[in-house]
Amino acid sequence: MSEARVNDFVLKIGTVNGTGSASANGMILKALFRMGIPVTGKNLFPSNIQGLPTWYGIRANHAGYMSRSKHVDIMVAMNAQTYEKDLANVSPGGFLIYDSTWPRDRQLNRDDITVLGVPLAKLCNETFSDARVRILMKNIAYVGVLAALLNIETKVLRGLIEETFASKPKLIESNLKAINLGFDYARENFTCPLPIRVERMGDNSKHIMIDGNSASALGCIYAGATVGAWYPITPSTSMMDAFKAYCKQFRIDPETGQKNYCIVQAEDELAAAGMVIGANWVGARAFTPTSGPGISLMSEFIGFAYYTEIPSVFFNVQRVGPSTGMPTRTQQCDIMMCAYASHGDTQHPLLLPANPYECFEMAVSAFDLAERLQTPVFVLSDLDIGMNDWMIPELKWDDNYRPDRGKVLNSDEVDELEKFYRYLDVDGDGIAARTLPGENAKGAYFVRGSGHNKHGMYTESSTEYKDLVDRLLVKWQTARTLMPGPVLIAAEKETSIGIIAYGSSDGAVVEALDALRAKGIHADYLRVRAFPFNGEVTSFVENHETVFVVEQNRDAQLRSLLILETNADAHKLIPVLHYSGMPIPSECVVDGLCEHLRVEDVA
Amino acid sequence: MSFIKKPKIDLPGQLSNKIGLLKRDYEGVLSTLCAGCGHDSITAAIVQAFWELSIPPEQVIKLSGIGCSSKTPAYFLSGAHGFNSVHGRMPSVATGAQAGNRDLICIGVSGDGDSLSIGFGQFGHAVRRNLNMLYIIENNGVYGLTKGQFSAAADKGSKSKRGDINQWKNIDAVSTAISMGSSFVARSFSGDREQLVTLIKAGIMHPGCAILDVVSPCVTFNNHVGSTKSYTYTRDHYHPAAQTDFIPPASEIMVSYAEGDSTIVELHDGSKLLLKKAGSGYDATDRSRVMRYLEQQRARGEVVTGLLYINAELPEMHRIYRTSETPMKDLEFETLNPGSEALKKLQAGMR
Repeated sequence: MSEARVNDFVLKIGTVNGTGSASANGMILKALFRMGIPVTGKNLFPSNIQGLPTWYGIRANHAGYMSRSKHVDIMVAMNAQTYEKDLANVSPGGFLIYDSTWPRDRQLNRDDITVLGVPLAKLCNETFSDARVRILMKNIAYVGVLAALLNIETKVLRGLIEETFASKPKLIESNLKAINLGFDYARENFTCPLPIRVERMGDNSKHIMIDGNSASALGCIYAGATVGAWYPITPSTSMMDAFKAYCKQFRIDPETGQKNYCIVQAEDELAAAGMVIGANWVGARAFTPTSGPGISLMSEFIGFAYYTEIPSVFFNVQRVGPSTGMPTRTQQCDIMMCAYASHGDTQHPLLLPANPYECFEMAVSAFDLAERLQTPVFVLSDLDIGMNDWMIPELKWDDNYRPDRGKVLNSDEVDELEKFYRYLDVDGDGIAARTLPGENAKGAYFVRGSGHNKHGMYTESSTEYKDLVDRLLVKWQTARTLMPGPVLIAAEKETSIGIIAYGSSDGAVVEALDALRAKGIHADYLRVRAFPFNGEVTSFVENHETVFVVEQNRDAQLRSLLILETNADAHKLIPVLHYSGMPIPSECVVDGLCEHLRVEDVA
Repeated sequence: MSFIKKPKIDLPGQLSNKIGLLKRDYEGVLSTLCAGCGHDSITAAIVQAFWELSIPPEQVIKLSGIGCSSKTPAYFLSGAHGFNSVHGRMPSVATGAQAGNRDLICIGVSGDGDSLSIGFGQFGHAVRRNLNMLYIIENNGVYGLTKGQFSAAADKGSKSKRGDINQWKNIDAVSTAISMGSSFVARSFSGDREQLVTLIKAGIMHPGCAILDVVSPCVTFNNHVGSTKSYTYTRDHYHPAAQTDFIPPASEIMVSYAEGDSTIVELHDGSKLLLKKAGSGYDATDRSRVMRYLEQQRARGEVVTGLLYINAELPEMHRIYRTSETPMKDLEFETLNPGSEALKKLQAGMR
């Protein structure tokens, strides 16, 4: 028997989608969380509603590593269809649990892992009579098995079940019964707990479990966004679902029952973009959640809003492209498109959250930045951040916060002017004041995507055209000073090696830094949080001989942006790429660096 | 130079409306369209209608897409915020604007290319949501700015200026809108100022999406023999189905009308529409009969005009959503933001 490994493992559960395994998996995740263990849950699911294989991976790690691990220590193989694959995926020394109601294929065997059979279906069929209940309880029963094998506290599980079904006491009883079925069987038939197991650890009471889309939606609520226009698209849909749910909770007038929000499900993404722009034009904070294909469709309007300077907020929960690609897999493949979306000379501020905590924060600042800069602002998360379960520090809110509505002249301010000119920059920051419709005829102006001059009038004059687009460059410099700066993790020792990454690649890099240090490789790590890059990014690149750019796409898009925007020497920017559609594991970063540095040594 | 400021000339004897504004206060910059363009007549009718209704210009938003027709919002109501959007997408911007501020009076000007080709989807969805706006389609059957290609509204068999015969069946804005469940559908002709002004007023006051298709001849590319959108053809085939009078709130119906030969439709603000059947038995509230009548007239090549269909009871977007009476943009931040305590409570359920 191998040595005990406490609070450090990956558990993977293979099921069929549509069988209700999500609640069972969520129960395990939350139980570990409540035992004070850092934990994350990642869903690997098909673009399908029912009947296809789906996996849920739970990583518990005492050091707090959050990225996907390539290893599988314990596999719960509930789907006969994927049994062979699931068996092959278990890491040496690991365990596989399967439903032994039916004999498994003896041809498929491994002597470097332990296979544990539990007759889950049989146990449930003997205990429960309803067919659907039998299927659902089979899932809860494996929670019981895992509780015994991993040493998950049963009182924590009991608490979770009682909370979840507080309004349906009958379900508490059946769920507890199912837990015990699995728990007792495991206790009677196997040596419990396994060497891989959990123990109550720190205190997670200052943390929460949340997915990025919910956090982004909550950010929109707290930012005071009222209009949401959208077209359903995976993996962003759950963001609007969450926004709607929070609106029902927080935005219905208790006296009148009227809604202090307006969600429009548009006919397509083009219309969604038009609605967001229209609502922001009249002075309501409006946003749209979408994914890459949606941004492609919205691009004409994005360029329009850039040129006419209308604030707007676009959430791009990135998925695998190009084209339809793999809608239920993750990638960081749209940063280049979003940075320069639309025809003509266009450039857009991007916010790059690395986890749900930043999704919340950046959702709020996206609205402030959009209104301050009067331009489209993008929040680029991805499927991994948006749809997976993350453990993050509790979200905080400062009640003194008031939205930055930017330069908006009210009716009285307009009256004081001799004349109002929409695109006249009076203070040199490249931003002109706007007025809102419905207030003052003197402040009326004409929004047009065709050539216009600083007075807001139509123009075909070369000088006037250049005057305006050159001012937009001044605004771009203002944007540079307002965007959140990068986060630096400096190596313990001085080093000429740097790593740059963004968004959901963060977890893998942080974990890799420790692994690299153990190998004697020290690297400074700069996590970029926004575009345009500020001076810190430029000097980081300048100050390191070799900079590894870690990202999840094929074409090294962030690296290209760095070369374009910081005048960096392309030779010293080494791409480390992961684009399989699965979240990047730390090994990819470690291997990427080691491979290159070894090659350099030889040279 | 495509922008010419219009001189404001004080003429003696100009009338003020109820809010003390002159008609010129409802004008915009000088039109740069071709001399004789039907669109300019529509612009003049819009000016007249808003002036007669005494609507403060700043309460209005005027939007358009791309094309000759879409240039026109610059030519009226200079005191209203204007929005010249991208091709075929005016309705979505109007939807967002209405979502953000429901108190604005919204007029959208589009063309047959803008609404029936590239923007056919958005046109349909503005109707479907019964968006509270007046949606004018200035319909000339051709693409003017790109020099005379047929649009989807061009009739099959009609001839282009270069002599090509259109092979495709046309998309008719009126019957399309009625079949999609529109609450207000009218057709007019840029050459009939009186009818046009009445229909514009009715459309502005209608609490929902008022579709007004206006035959508006293109003097440069579609006003020749063989065209079915020319001044001559339209005058020859012009066929008012019913006459409509617009009666402002608290005004008495002064005209006499025979019982049974007229229908009165009351709008939510108290104004009334008096639909005179003119002996034809036309009933603009009976959808299936309207559709049948339009189809018969279409087969004869007649251009049926007037308020063709109305249902003032269909709820507009905000009534369906049950949105707050206070416009979204005016809601206080304190009302919108749940605060730190609520966030704490919410997060207790995330552990």
